[in-house]
Amino acid sequence: MISEAVIERIRKTADRYPERRAALIPALTILQDELGHLSLDTVRSVAEELNVPAPEAFGAASFYSLFRWKPSGRHVIHVCHNLSCSLLGAETLLDHLGKKLGVPEGQATADGRFSFERIECIGRCDGAPSMLVGKDSYDNLTPGKIDEILQQYT
Amino acid sequence: MEQMLLNRVGKAKSAEIDAALKLGAYAALEPAFRMRPADVVHEVKQSGLRGRGGAGFPTGLKWEFCATVPGSEKYLLCNADEGEPGTFKDRFILEHDPHLLIEGMIISAYAIGATQGYIYIRAEYPAQRDILEKAVAQAYMRGYLGSNILGKGVNFDLAVHTGAGAYICGEETALIESLEGKRGQPRMRPPFPAIEGAWRKPTVVNNVETLAAVPFVITLTAEGFQKIGEESSPGPKLFAVSGAVNKPGGYELPMGTTLRELIFDHCGGISGGRRLKAVIPGGASTPMLTADHLDVKLDFKSLVAAGSMLGSGAVIVMDDSTCMVSAAAVLIRFFKHESCGKCTPCREGTGWLYQVYRRMLNGQGRDGDADLLLRICDSIQGKCFCPLGEGAIQPVLSSIRYFRADYEKCAGGGCGEKVCRPMVH
Ligand SMILES: Cc1cc2nc3c(=O)[nH]c(=O)nc-3n(C[C@H](O)[C@H](O)[C@H](O)COP(=O)(O)O)c2cc1C
Ligand code: FES
Repeated sequence: MISEAVIERIRKTADRYPERRAALIPALTILQDELGHLSLDTVRSVAEELNVPAPEAFGAASFYSLFRWKPSGRHVIHVCHNLSCSLLGAETLLDHLGKKLGVPEGQATADGRFSFERIECIGRCDGAPSMLVGKDSYDNLTPGKIDEILQQYT
Repeated sequence: MEQMLLNRVGKAKSAEIDAALKLGAYAALEPAFRMRPADVVHEVKQSGLRGRGGAGFPTGLKWEFCATVPGSEKYLLCNADEGEPGTFKDRFILEHDPHLLIEGMIISAYAIGATQGYIYIRAEYPAQRDILEKAVAQAYMRGYLGSNILGKGVNFDLAVHTGAGAYICGEETALIESLEGKRGQPRMRPPFPAIEGAWRKPTVVNNVETLAAVPFVITLTAEGFQKIGEESSPGPKLFAVSGAVNKPGGYELPMGTTLRELIFDHCGGISGGRRLKAVIPGGASTPMLTADHLDVKLDFKSLVAAGSMLGSGAVIVMDDSTCMVSAAAVLIRFFKHESCGKCTPCREGTGWLYQVYRRMLNGQGRDGDADLLLRICDSIQGKCFCPLGEGAIQPVLSSIRYFRADYEKCAGGGCGEKVCRPMVH
């Protein structure tokens, strides 16, 4: 269920636009941050709140690649695999993470701490290879550096 | 060159309004408000400022289209989607000088007659979004946003809107669809956004760097602004350099700086003592160039003459250890992933291209693969709804044009170097 506080945030967001529907993507982002991932039910309740036909809301939500539809780790690791990062070893980092965490891409570890995914260019090519862990960004990565970084996340 | 766009970047607390004000932020508002809106449009037209988002459209002309449509409900959108692979120039402004962007937006809104603006920022910039939100809140508190700005009767409201991961939302009509809460698929043009954009109202969409340049047009005047850079492309330009150079990073240089100066003087040359093989001069969708092109000037006109484009000013440098088949494959994987699905040539074509590349990189290249790829490009070229498909084929066409030998090595079991394996999933 969506809490009153979250509904209130969504309403406030909707007030910033001439049409409430514009708050759809931001609202889904708020919910994903809150719940870890989206589901048909969450999309349906947001659609109702913003007065958008549910199929259209689902159509829009399914378009964006940063929405997740299954449980993820508490900390989602996004490793860039675009050109500048690939030139400097992104695939090695992805191999390393797969082995270290013992899960395939997109699946949460048994303790629920992490999941990792590929992402297209995150605009940090000057620090390639780069990744995001939640809102935090890390540059000039090596497998060893990743091991150190992940220790900070509980 | 004196730093303008990056002047406050790297200075203490430059994103905070107090520090920014001490360093001159919002100083262009008074002189701008002393001019009539039409005169601001005229000044920007005279300055020769062209859009920094990729297409290079004359900014003043775009503003004029919008300003002259009757009606009072108009919108100003800042394109901070920065999704073109290799591009990270706007990040410096968003992170270190959000007040420069806000100042430019206030002047732009005044000129075109918009009272509401949105900054559409990509979800991949979460820290920058927080900085921006804070800067907007501070600007409201000091009376630079909201009603009756500086007591001059100017009203402008501004909000930050975050995307959710889609390169196509950087295309201006897809950005508008996305802002409205829909799938980010491009709209038919015309009508152009300046006539009918967000919520069907006249709308200007400008890139972060374009808007950040506007305060300088006012303070330097059009004449002063034109003295920087090239006659056909005046002003300062941000370059985002990455890949095989010793000092990757963001550089502010006059338009018309040569590729050689950028790579060798500013970026410290090719890393690891290797030689230059290829350069993508303006982001993933611009044709790559080679060491033979080092003397090309980086401006709109010169790069077109050299067979490429200035694009977003994102320079990706590759050394002689790079296999161009792998490099093109990484970019095609990107375009296939990001094709919005609306038109068939782009949706299917990028998928076909990717299939061929995957097969080649799996050691099953065949004679004639390069020609097969060119035939697929031919079924995309000039046939797509928006420019994404056209951009997608550029890495293929240019890598085959200059590095066909790399493709030939792929036939018959691969080159044996196995360099492609660590590059492509
Ligand atoms: C596929 C595609 C992606 C684009 N991505 C961006 C982007 O991330 N940022 C941007 O400013 N412009 C981008 N553009 C260009 C915009 O459509 C538009 O021309 C630009 O925002 C206009 O601003 P300007 O005149 O200040 O350059 C993109 C265009 C296409 C076709
Ligand atoms: S290619 Fe990885 S951050 Fe740009």
